[in-house]
Amino acid sequence: MMNGTRKPASRGGAFFRRRKSCPFTGPKAPKIDYKNTRQLLRFVSERGKIVPSRITAVSTKKQRELARAIKRARFLALIPYAVK
Amino acid sequence: MSYYENVFIARQDISQPQAEALGDAFAKVVDDFGGKVTKREYWGLRNLSFRIKKNRKGHYMLLNIDAPAAAIHEMERQMRINEDIVRFLTVRVEELEEGPSAMMKARDQRDERPGRGDRGDRPRRFRDDSRGDDFSDVGGEA
Repeated sequence: MMNGTRKPASRGGAFFRRRKSCPFTGPKAPKIDYKNTRQLLRFVSERGKIVPSRITAVSTKKQRELARAIKRARFLALIPYAVK
Repeated sequence: MSYYENVFIARQDISQPQAEALGDAFAKVVDDFGGKVTKREYWGLRNLSFRIKKNRKGHYMLLNIDAPAAAIHEMERQMRINEDIVRFLTVRVEELEEGPSAMMKARDQRDERPGRGDRGDRPRRFRDDSRGDDFSDVGGEA
């Protein structure tokens, strides 16, 4: 379910969108790095929360890695824990 | 010997040479224990995204270290004692990064990007650059 291609529903194709592939998988994928603030901010909401992988299509394994990187960056005050 | 990355944040009131001196001091500790610091990067006086020990800014320094665990222990112990250090993080890595880290690259890019000049006919618009945060490029369906 996590990585498959979503099949169009039998009731018509109006709401069908192809599942995007993981942005950190593949030969030219970028490395997840806690020092790369610009990259991490793309996976954090405006409130500073980590965006769930079902929105960002990051694979389960990479999401764990990403979460760790975000938490490290937070600890170093590179990105905020929470934005009020 | 293992590879480590260490980032430490020094108090905002000290000067850049003093921050560099701290880097030297910790590099020496590592040396004394038979390790070596393969790369040192000074990221400058950066804004912290929240206050740490009353500091709003801090001098960031990155050390790439190839050293035995004892050296890391001693270095971290001294960092905890030193009052100029507000925070530090050491992580073990599989391999040490060559060349400038993502942080330095980001800074270079910003420095090199030329201004887009004055576009006379257009009025100045307020832009909030602090966050470029729309999800249009990140994900699709809800």
